[in-house]
Formats: sequence, structure tokens, C-alpha cells
Amino acid sequence: MTDHTNKHPIDSVKTYAGVLVTLLCLTVLTTAVAYVDLGEFSTIIALAIAVTKMTLVALFFMHVRHSTMMTRLVIAGGGLWLAILLFMTLTDFATRSWLGVPGR
Amino acid sequence: MERRLKLADHAQTESLALRVQFDTEEQQKDCSTLGMWIFLITELMFFGGMFMAYTIYRQMYPHVFAVTSSSLDAALGAANTCVLLLSSFTMVMGVRSGQLGKRKAIVMWLIITLIFGCAFLGIKGVEWNNKFVEHHVPGTDFHFEGLSQGEQGHAQIFFSLYFAMTGLHALHMVVGVGMLLWLIMRTRQGQYTADYFTPIDLGGLYWHFVDIIWIFLFPLLYLIDRHLKG
Repeated sequence: MTDHTNKHPIDSVKTYAGVLVTLLCLTVLTTAVAYVDLGEFSTIIALAIAVTKMTLVALFFMHVRHSTMMTRLVIAGGGLWLAILLFMTLTDFATRSWLGVPGR
Repeated sequence: MERRLKLADHAQTESLALRVQFDTEEQQKDCSTLGMWIFLITELMFFGGMFMAYTIYRQMYPHVFAVTSSSLDAALGAANTCVLLLSSFTMVMGVRSGQLGKRKAIVMWLIITLIFGCAFLGIKGVEWNNKFVEHHVPGTDFHFEGLSQGEQGHAQIFFSLYFAMTGLHALHMVVGVGMLLWLIMRTRQGQYTADYFTPIDLGGLYWHFVDIIWIFLFPLLYLIDRHLKG
């Protein structure tokens, strides 16, 4: 009837099922790999898997891959602000012991 | 021509799918989606502060956090992750039914999502109950075996963060369950069609967002120090 349906195509059940199976496999993987001693890489791998899962959920389940440029910009902006929160706070805590001054 | 006529008299023929202040249905839908995302970004910043606090305290007391986080039940945590991912799948199937305008299918998928959501809260309840039994709830009764007297306070910081973060997440789940009940009721009343199912779509965004928070909570709280214990 309108161009509405063309702009927001309906994904197939197969696509969603594929994403679900991938997400469940990644959950099993992240749980299994946690028991292997990888040193510092344990955290990095766990976070890499979590970011992959988040991306799949956002792109497919939350339809970001069909969303407007404006929405994508807002999401990227939110991510940037979160990065500022994390990065700036960590630089503070990581460098407090560098100088032997009171109040560290 | 038809379109121009539609625009000309849509002040008189306002519908749920096309309110007077919008030019087209598509513009209205995009605005709703954008608004929902802005709300979700505020939620992201809100949870971000808690993740930040967790990261800093984990760096300050790595040994205590490794021991305490490894005491959580990873099997229940993993099971809950799977339950939540399944619920996200059934939710998106509900949204898809909305796109197709299949009312009965919407109701069915939303009810399944509701059941998964309640299952998640049930498993979470079992986990919390175990913490009370084990005296791992911060307070006067707190005791974590295997840690020195001086480290008990640091262990309480871990469990305070654990309860605050999983508690806040569970609160979002409870809100989500209420939202699903409302959406099911409205769908049964025949409010939604293939032309207008925005509340289901936005409800789906909220549900998936809560899922994403758990996707990060699970490895950070339950998993990343597991290998140090063995």
C-alpha cells in the first residue's frame, strides 16, 4: 500500500533463528572458555564475545540494520558518551599512584 | 494525487498511525523509534555508571573479587542467559507478527516471552535465596569463608555491587513483564494492525536492551575470574 513496507523490510524467521542459535553458541563458548587459564586475555575474550552478542542483538533483533541514519547517529553518540565515562574515569584511577602526592 | 488528498484532510482523519503533527506514517514511526533509542541511551549511561564502579573496585581488590565472583553459580547464570536470549527471539517474532498484522500470533509470542521473562526472574530468585542461605548478603550476618577478617569488607563491596546490578536489571525485567501484560491486553482488544503496532516495536527495543545489559553482566560478574580459582 505505502512505501512503508519497502523501507522496513520484514526479516525472515530463518534470519532470526540463525541469530538465536549463534547467540546461544556464543553463550556456551564464553562459559566454557572462562574455565581455561588465559591470564589477562580471559577478560578481553569475555568482553569481545559480549560485544559480538550485543552487536547481533542490536543489528537484527533491534532492527538497527534497517534503521534511519538519525537513529544510528544517536546510538553512536550514546556509545561515544559511554566511552568518555569509562575512559576518563579509568585514566584518573590508573594514574593516581604515579605521583606521591597527598590525596591519592 | 491520492497522497495530496490524504495530506490535505488528515487533520480530520487523524489515526493512531498518523497523528496530525506528522506528514507521513513513516515519519511518525521513525520519530517514535528515535525517541525510544534516546530513552535507551539514558538507561545505558545509568547502567554504565554501575559497570564503571564494578571495574574500579575489581581493580582495587582483584584477589577478593576473584574469589567472591567465582562463588556465584555459573551454571544458573548461563541458563538464565539462554532463557533471556530465547525471550528476545520470541519478542522479535512478536514484532514480526505485528509487521504482518497477525493478532493471534502477536498474543502467542508475547505470552511465550512473558513466560521466559518470569522464568528468568524465578532463577534469579533462587540465586538470591542461595546468597541469603550462604550469608553472602552484605550486612551484619555477612561472612565469606576463606577470606581474612580485613577482606570481609571488600567481599561485601563485591556482593553490594552484585545485588545492586542484578537487582536493577531484575527491576527492569519486572517493568518489562508489566509492559508485556499491557501489550497483550491491548493486542487482544484489537488495537494493533500491520499499519500501526509501534508500541509492540518499542516494547521489543526495551526488552532487547535489557537483554544486552545481561549479556554484559553475566561474563563480568560470573565468569572472568573463574580460571584463577582452579
